[in-house]
Amino acid sequence: MKIEKQATSGQLDFTFSRRAVFVGGVQAAIGLTVAARMSYIAVADNEKYELLAESNRVNLTIIPPRRGWFVDRYGKPIATNRADFRVDIIPDRLVRKDETVRTLAELLTLSTDDVDRIHRELKNAQGFQPVQVAAGLDYERFAAVSVRLPDLPGVTPRQGYSRFYPSGAAVGHLIGYVGTVSAEEYQRSKKPLLITPGFKVGKDGLEKTLEDRLQGEPGAKRTEVTARGKIIRDLATRPDIPGKPVQLTIDIDLHNYAARRLGLESGSVVVFDCLTGDILTMASMPCYDPNSFSDGIGRVEWKMLNGDDHIPMLNKALQGLYPPGSTLKPVAGLAMLRQGIDPDETVVCNGGYRLGNRVFKCLGRHGAVNMRTAIMKSCNTYFYAMGRRIGYDNIAPVGRELGLGQEFSLPFPSQRYGTVPDSAWKMRKYDQKWTESDTLNAVIGQGYIIASPFQLAVMAARISSGLHVQPEILLKKRVAPKPLSFPTEHLDVVRDGMNLVVNGAGTAVRSKLQLENITMAGKTGTAQVRRIAGAQRGQSGAWKYRDHGLFVCFAPVAAPRYAASVVIEHGMGGARAAAPIAKDVLTFLYDRAQAMASLEALEAGWGGNIAQRMAAKYATFQGQPAAPPPLDPTI
Amino acid sequence: MNGIVPAPIAALPWRVIFILMALVGFGATVLYSAAGGHLEPWAGKHVLRFIALLVLAIAMSRMPQGFWKSITFPLYLLLLLLLVVVELMGFVGGGSQRWINLGFITLQPSELMKPAMVLAAAWFFDRLPPNRIYGIEAIWPLFLILILPSAMVIIQPDFDAAIAYAFGLGVVGFMAGLPLIYFIGAGAALAVVAPLVYFFGMKAYQQDRVLIFLNPENDPLGAGYHITQSKIAIGSGGIFGKGFGNGTQSYLDYLPEGHTDFVFATMAEEWGIVGGFFILFLYFMLMRWGLNVAVQSKTRYGKLVAAGLTCTIFFYIMINLLMVVGLAPVAGIPLPFVSHGGSSMLTMMLCVGIIMSIERHPGSKHGQFQ
Repeated sequence: MKIEKQATSGQLDFTFSRRAVFVGGVQAAIGLTVAARMSYIAVADNEKYELLAESNRVNLTIIPPRRGWFVDRYGKPIATNRADFRVDIIPDRLVRKDETVRTLAELLTLSTDDVDRIHRELKNAQGFQPVQVAAGLDYERFAAVSVRLPDLPGVTPRQGYSRFYPSGAAVGHLIGYVGTVSAEEYQRSKKPLLITPGFKVGKDGLEKTLEDRLQGEPGAKRTEVTARGKIIRDLATRPDIPGKPVQLTIDIDLHNYAARRLGLESGSVVVFDCLTGDILTMASMPCYDPNSFSDGIGRVEWKMLNGDDHIPMLNKALQGLYPPGSTLKPVAGLAMLRQGIDPDETVVCNGGYRLGNRVFKCLGRHGAVNMRTAIMKSCNTYFYAMGRRIGYDNIAPVGRELGLGQEFSLPFPSQRYGTVPDSAWKMRKYDQKWTESDTLNAVIGQGYIIASPFQLAVMAARISSGLHVQPEILLKKRVAPKPLSFPTEHLDVVRDGMNLVVNGAGTAVRSKLQLENITMAGKTGTAQVRRIAGAQRGQSGAWKYRDHGLFVCFAPVAAPRYAASVVIEHGMGGARAAAPIAKDVLTFLYDRAQAMASLEALEAGWGGNIAQRMAAKYATFQGQPAAPPPLDPTI
Repeated sequence: MNGIVPAPIAALPWRVIFILMALVGFGATVLYSAAGGHLEPWAGKHVLRFIALLVLAIAMSRMPQGFWKSITFPLYLLLLLLLVVVELMGFVGGGSQRWINLGFITLQPSELMKPAMVLAAAWFFDRLPPNRIYGIEAIWPLFLILILPSAMVIIQPDFDAAIAYAFGLGVVGFMAGLPLIYFIGAGAALAVVAPLVYFFGMKAYQQDRVLIFLNPENDPLGAGYHITQSKIAIGSGGIFGKGFGNGTQSYLDYLPEGHTDFVFATMAEEWGIVGGFFILFLYFMLMRWGLNVAVQSKTRYGKLVAAGLTCTIFFYIMINLLMVVGLAPVAGIPLPFVSHGGSSMLTMMLCVGIIMSIERHPGSKHGQFQ
């Protein structure tokens, strides 16, 4: 019994030794596994993990590139970048939304309109899209937010640049404005730059169409950060490459003057260098302030803009279409000359023209008039008679050669090109024959014909210079324009007529330039908005039914250099509303002091300059209930 | 020996003391760097704690084997009682509690139970007549020893501790000569039971740990963060490391628990695989020493205790290292002698102290009959 037990005990000892070796082997095997795995990670995958460690350690912040400037033909700034302090919210990282916004509103003294806008944008924001809280902050307020950052997750204060338009509303339609990238734009390219706080893209006007040139290359700031985002130190920083500046043909002083001179009216002024086609001025008022659009527009301001019957959102110079009225008479004159009508042949005006059993009225009883006096007096009867003689199909091509109905290759998001009707057009559009009464309406710029103020200015430029000038907004060297197909004698006849309009006994003699040696020639136009009802004739009554006032002109008469068009919506008459503005704008080119004196007197009566009037208007709108603006006003 | 060193000092087990000093010293170096080049808050304490516990371990080594045998059962019962006490304290306190604060040190009964479990198993097999090793009598008491403490820690819930107990008992049973078929059968059963445990026995956070272990990249910023960051630290260290004090992962807080559970990753980032191999070598030496003591011991109790405790230390090393290199799920198990932490150091040094005692008192072949 005892012997058997001893033997078994020895057996167990033997088993123990064998199994101890086995356990030691297993331990060694596991040790080797760890060693192999570690070597694999640290040697084979070393590069990958080094990169990961580096991307942990280094926080790359994108520095949005400074946008290229817009400068005018003399190098004066039109759109610049202003260094500013800004605060944004990254919705993804926001924790206590209402509390955070409330704290920010307190720290930054935000208006209720701003708070409202922030809440609305936060609600609609995709998580990655930064929502601007405030820009253009002073250092004290910026610092107040910066020190509270640990309590405000999702809030990012930054030092950056914001777009600045020194001219404010005057250049809104011309330049456009910038704004944060929309969700669709980001989905399309997914570039991280697009959602960097402070980065803006062009939303309208030249800012939008020239985006590629203006954008520039982003820089990168590298900082060493802890896992909790605390910055340890700055590493090497790559600076941004600013976008290229764009030099425009605009003369910004003239442009600003024209915008101011439009005053309370809704209208546009376009001025050309008639020898080159350079657009010197393209003012359209009233207009939104691109500075406030670029900072994110508030509810009240949006209501103010949208509720205005003067349509501040529309670029009237390019996108407004109006019946050109009598400003078209020089076009008809050129067509008549081409058809062999002697300019000295007279037509007797008895205050109207009978076609069948219908009388087409003239504005006066002008007696016997030839072409020059007909232009001077804006006599409808002469043009009815001669227009009927040659037919409108002979007039329409002249209008087209002078720029009417044409679209020009310009970097603006949209231009409307109107209609120059003829018999083929009418057949195509209405399936009807062209009638003689259509001719009579069209020849005085009523009826089917419509044109933009921009086209009217092109027309004035081409008539005055005799050159087939192409409008241009970007300043660059170009080939000299070809001459028009009209002989100089023909052009001289209509230029004479236009000279008499201002300097003879014409419709715009009150708008004669008060300058030595420099005279202006022009043509007034008054366009009906609706059919003449009784004796009212669109000269009174509700604003929106009043006649449009138009004026095309050029100066100096002796050697034309500048051509312009002025269109005043519901201004009741070209001589009354448009010609005085043209006179002041052209005066500004030669005698700034005189022009400014005239403007300042007017502005005193209007309640201040553009910015002052807009501020006053905004103040009266405040406190009124308003519907929220859409996220992207351009859509 | 020569006359300069007094005999009691020369008689100390210098072999293992050197191994431990190397491990603790290297650990302290890493902790010093992890604290940004300061002794506070980890490195200084780490060394002081080791010195105090080393004195304790040397004192323990003076105890004869019979002493350990005689206190095994009372110790086991005491710890079981303490487990109930912490459970009740947690119940009263309204949360899970695992330790008792004694002021100068926090006692974690579930931790101390790991070596106690090994002692209890060795004690049982020592008393079991050798010819009964193949019978059912060899099995059920073992389960009884295992089941009560395991139940107590699982409701804490501390699943890792229960696995450690089972591992300790299993190793002792294996070394005691239980038939191999049990272990093969248990392995097969585990393969069947593991999925069931996963789906029905685990809490959501434990399930997460397993899932994330299987695919850490799925959740790189959530719970998979630990493993991912640990691999980045080791991988970016390369062969020679980034140099002492240059570990960005630990400095900039990307590596969580860089001074406790993931101290190996902190080390590897600065010392590379060279440092890793050094630590592995020290552990190899430690294991060799422990198993040698087991083989050299003349008594069955001594053999089983030394082997079981060595494997308990090994269990910590294995789970921690496999976790840190991404081969095992994240478990709250520190790296012995390197990680900062009093509780695990205490357990490890108790194990070492008892093994040292067995080394000093190997006993005699017939000791059990005297």
